[in-house]
Amino acid sequence: MSDIICAEDIVFEYPVLDEDGNEIGKNRVLDGVSLSVPEGQFVAVLGHNGSGKSTLAKHFNGILLPTEGRVTIDGTDTTDEDKIYDIRQTVGMVFQNPDNQIVATIVEEDVAFALENIGVPPDEIRRRVDEALKTVDMYDYREHSPHQLSGGQKQRVAIAGIIAMRPRCIVMDEPTAMLDPKGRKEIMNTIKLLNREHGITVVLITHYMEEAAQADRVVVIDKGKILLDDIPQRIFAQVELLKSVGLDVPQTTELLYELRKAGIDAPDDILSEDDCADYIYSLLTKDGKL
Amino acid sequence: MLKDITIGQFFPGNSIIHRLDSRFKIILDIAYVVMLFVTSNFYGLALAGLFMILVYILSGVGLKLIFKSLRPILPLIAITCILNLFFIKGEGEPLVQWGFISIYYEGVSTSIFMAVRIMFLIIGMSLLTYTTSPIALTDAIERLLSPLKKLHFPVHELAMMMTIALRFIPTLIEETDKIMSAQKARGAELDTGGLIKKAKALVPVMIPLFVSAFKRANELALAMECRCYRGGEGRTRLKQLKSGARDYIALLIVAVMFVGLILLNNFIPSFMP
Repeated sequence: MSDIICAEDIVFEYPVLDEDGNEIGKNRVLDGVSLSVPEGQFVAVLGHNGSGKSTLAKHFNGILLPTEGRVTIDGTDTTDEDKIYDIRQTVGMVFQNPDNQIVATIVEEDVAFALENIGVPPDEIRRRVDEALKTVDMYDYREHSPHQLSGGQKQRVAIAGIIAMRPRCIVMDEPTAMLDPKGRKEIMNTIKLLNREHGITVVLITHYMEEAAQADRVVVIDKGKILLDDIPQRIFAQVELLKSVGLDVPQTTELLYELRKAGIDAPDDILSEDDCADYIYSLLTKDGKL
Repeated sequence: MLKDITIGQFFPGNSIIHRLDSRFKIILDIAYVVMLFVTSNFYGLALAGLFMILVYILSGVGLKLIFKSLRPILPLIAITCILNLFFIKGEGEPLVQWGFISIYYEGVSTSIFMAVRIMFLIIGMSLLTYTTSPIALTDAIERLLSPLKKLHFPVHELAMMMTIALRFIPTLIEETDKIMSAQKARGAELDTGGLIKKAKALVPVMIPLFVSAFKRANELALAMECRCYRGGEGRTRLKQLKSGARDYIALLIVAVMFVGLILLNNFIPSFMP
């Protein structure tokens, strides 16, 4: 499959100013990041605060342009100003705070916003809005006002507003960070649905390990550089390295890691809670302790 | 307490008033306001009031709302009344003479007239927002003002700003409540003291509110850019405004009323000074 996002050796820095507005140095947020995402993949980008993961995400639809290196979206360079709206239609972006992404006072009007901007005819807008709302399971709320909705519902409306554009890729910048556990689950289910059923490429920026564990591929970023890039099982096997850059590991991995430290020969590639429970059960019954 | 404000609120419904084209509703509302100012006697005012109550009943939003919408402007009405009561001098003997205060018959009638006029004005204008969704309202304003585009007046931007303002009112009210609670928890006294002390106590509420509003504005702008927003050029709309027979009938009714009021003005002599 072809790469939908291709970042080649990108550097992003901004000048640091003193109180009089003189440049006293440069802050390098991204330091030579190369990343390509094949169409249809579900990639999670992990990193602690200030690692540059959000900055990287903003490069994927031309909100930020790299200081050095280049980003191409489906072969188009993001610095190409004539094609910027094509790029933004191809790569949609969902942000952390659902309240700050909803423009209109009625759910369906908000979902229609992007389509209105692109200049889609009204009948087609209607069709696509209904379709998008049904996909995120918010169709029954189409005439509600956003402030009547829960956080998870609002975030689903924000996602509907993006998928109405029919993007081939969605970049989500910590979409669950402000939600309660129920809302987080709703969003994760929606993300997986979009990826598995609709074939949309998903780049999920997150600091929740449990969410990253559900992706096809995990990229760990630290100090503006890619530290690890692999399938989740192999990423989370490196417990010590992750902890050294201020990241946690999923609870299952943590448990097995502690068991290994205690001298039990536990595997390091188990991620799901069910698998972990099965393993613990087999371990306990094998020793005849149960 | 902040949640009790009903001015500018929308009550969804499916009445004939709700279904009127929002452009017509704005024009008719303006006509109604002009009527209130043209009429110079109580008969005209009574006719306007009767008409308004009829429209309220038709809209099905409930007559209770009339009183609710008046509550925030009661002080304004009171001030108008008092000023008119004391400062209008009539020709006959004063009704009350007490020191330097004298109240004349004309003062009493004018202050009542003014109070009723302001009340009808607010009640009538509230009905517009009660029965018209903010989106339809801003859409209508955008369309009605669109001739001004030729004079490079930023009509679309104005409408967009209104939409966003309306969208964020509940969010910011909620946030204000939260900040007030947070500051109270830290020992801020927001409800005690005189007016000046109260105003000063609001500073620690306003500053975080402003900071957060700017942050929100920044994020919203980003999200709008991500959704290909580039101004009003080449934009389409999900909901098209459509005018039909009922809109023209409403226009006709209001026009007839207008003529009626002018006739009332001419045949019954004005008492206004």
